[in-house]
Amino acid sequence: MAIEGYQEAGVRKTVVRSVAALVGMFAFAFALVPLYDVFCKVTGLNGKVDTTAQAIVHEEVDQSRFVTMQFITRGSAGLPWQMSVETRQMRVHPGQTAEVDFTFTNNSAVESWGRAVPSVSPSSATTHLRKVSCFCFQEQQLQGDERLTIPLVFQLARDLPEEINTITLVYTLYPVQRIALQTDQNNNSAGDNI
Amino acid sequence: MAPKLPPQHPLQHSSTAVAGSQSQEGHAHHAPPKGILRWLLTTNHKEIGSLYLIFSLTMFFVGGIFALVVRAELFQPGLQLVEPEFFNQMTTMHGLIMVFAAVMPAFTGLANWMIPLQIGAPDMALPRLNNFSFWLLPVAFALLLSTLLMPGGGPNFGWTFYAPLSTTYAPASTTFFILALHIAGISSILGAINIIATILNMRAPGMRMMDMPLFVWTWLITAFLLIAVMPVLAGVITMMLMDINFGTSFFDAAGGGDPVLFQHLFWFFGHPEVYIMILPAFGIVSAIIPTFARKPLFGYASMVYATAAIALLSFLVWAHHMFIVGLPLTAELFFMYSTMLIAVPTGVKVFNWVTTLFRGSISFEPPMLFALAFVVLFTIGGFSGLMLAIAPADFQYHDTYFVVAHFHYVLVPGAIFAIMAGVYYWLPKWTGHYPNERLAQCHFWCSIIGVNLTFFPMHFAGLAGMPRRIPDYALQFADFNLLSSIGAFFFGASQLLFVLVVVLCVRGGQKAPAKAWEGAVDLEWSVPSPAPLHTFDTPPVFHRAQTHD
Repeated sequence: MAIEGYQEAGVRKTVVRSVAALVGMFAFAFALVPLYDVFCKVTGLNGKVDTTAQAIVHEEVDQSRFVTMQFITRGSAGLPWQMSVETRQMRVHPGQTAEVDFTFTNNSAVESWGRAVPSVSPSSATTHLRKVSCFCFQEQQLQGDERLTIPLVFQLARDLPEEINTITLVYTLYPVQRIALQTDQNNNSAGDNI
Repeated sequence: MAPKLPPQHPLQHSSTAVAGSQSQEGHAHHAPPKGILRWLLTTNHKEIGSLYLIFSLTMFFVGGIFALVVRAELFQPGLQLVEPEFFNQMTTMHGLIMVFAAVMPAFTGLANWMIPLQIGAPDMALPRLNNFSFWLLPVAFALLLSTLLMPGGGPNFGWTFYAPLSTTYAPASTTFFILALHIAGISSILGAINIIATILNMRAPGMRMMDMPLFVWTWLITAFLLIAVMPVLAGVITMMLMDINFGTSFFDAAGGGDPVLFQHLFWFFGHPEVYIMILPAFGIVSAIIPTFARKPLFGYASMVYATAAIALLSFLVWAHHMFIVGLPLTAELFFMYSTMLIAVPTGVKVFNWVTTLFRGSISFEPPMLFALAFVVLFTIGGFSGLMLAIAPADFQYHDTYFVVAHFHYVLVPGAIFAIMAGVYYWLPKWTGHYPNERLAQCHFWCSIIGVNLTFFPMHFAGLAGMPRRIPDYALQFADFNLLSSIGAFFFGASQLLFVLVVVLCVRGGQKAPAKAWEGAVDLEWSVPSPAPLHTFDTPPVFHRAQTHD
């Protein structure tokens, strides 16, 4: 072809730069995954709650307002468990510590592992919901036909934004593929066996 | 099979031999291989351009047949013709084929044919790479179409393939879908690199960036968009691949992943992608309207800046596809306003086209008819886009037929009408013959009736609450769907006229001179019609026209 010498150098430069941009964008796409997680953790954007226990902060309970806490539990395919909650809805004051019991039932005769993954809506409430104790911090093991009740202890921070009157906390059960050997440390948390 | 579009015999036709020798004698081109090998091995930008266009036209009909299966099922309420599972595969494949195999290759084909001619280059900068990027496409889409025959069927999760529908709950063939999309993506990326390298380095001496025809400008910006976002698509489908086959949990909440992340990543690719499908259309229309209004384009520089502005804004609006995933209020507001902001540069463009027409000496040849229909109907699509940009309203419109109506208005009478306008405009240059005026007019009027009959009622069906991607619907939507289905079959059938016009034009017709249209100014009109296989072997002298200043 009739590509002049100076053009060839230019073409080479353009190609090198474009390929560099391509590789950069491909890497950027993967970098977005941890970036998204960090971003969500800081802002609570996708309703992901901290998965470690937080200490109760002793602050004066704000008696002037009530916030409605709603609890939703959902099963998922592949795990023959049922999850229920003692009350679907409760009213709490910001600053107040509250406790609610969740019950896990294994409907099959085989032991299995599962995990309840939480999500908070609206997402702007996420960072204001402190969980002192939650089954969602660990994976659970249930023997065949076992029933297990575990409390959730939580506190709403006093600086919860004014416009939030209702907070929905959703737990979805997911199966965990795991060989049931290292059960010890998990059994500790499963205190209230029935 | 071997299509005969670009003639191999140079210089048997008339007129103005500007721009250096078009003859083959001066150069030692060894004789091209004959038959199928000629097409497999060609490195000529015109032949590759024709291959792209023929491939795209074929896929346009394949995707069109899928659409007609959908419309036939929706002709009346209840399940008549196909199983819901197959219906889902048809909606998905229609979208994938039309986006990745029809519209995008058509624009790449036009770019291959016209960019070297418009900037006075002898060929694309990387001719062998060009051949490779074309031949990846038939491989990719043969693979994609073959999934329909696999056990469990083809992709059935919509062209947006949201996880976990496309990972945890996907058919077994999804891995092939991912591979096909990877190959198609590599093809687009290589094409984009080639186009950038050509435009930046191979312009005729004296042609500044701001002298380039707008089709070249819009394609340059499109190519940058492709380079920026196709790797993100590749990343997303690679993550899907790993979630499906290697036990990772990028998009699986059970393993700590997040399905909403998929939507963020997908639309970070997806929104620039929709501009990839419309920016070259702006370029084509900006070439055609001045030609047939016999006036220079109004506001050339503002057209360039508006295109660049649209491209930049396209990276800041992706979450307007996700208003209902539970974004915080500030994010809803940000994406709502940034989306509405796009109406400003787009409005500049529409204003410039209309102002170019103002007091022009207008004639209504087929390319002009399609270009004018583009301006009007694309603007309607833009307005419904503005309605969808209003976050609170979108809570109602989301995933209804209103959305379907919106993007079909910007893609069918938008992108596809612009491609057809471009084909009618440049056919005399490609074949040396004018397309049959009467048939082309007939094709235009049938298309415009068909398009509006198909897609206009969808606005009302959507506002009344009819959801997308559902094979059955409530009785109150029956009339709208009846109209849409009749329109779709009418539109589909009238595209056969288009094939007829193109075939007739390749075979013969009224001879076209080098400058086939009276008002045309760009460099491609300085080479003979049909354009010989090799043009601008010595660079033309570029005379700055009064047009662009």
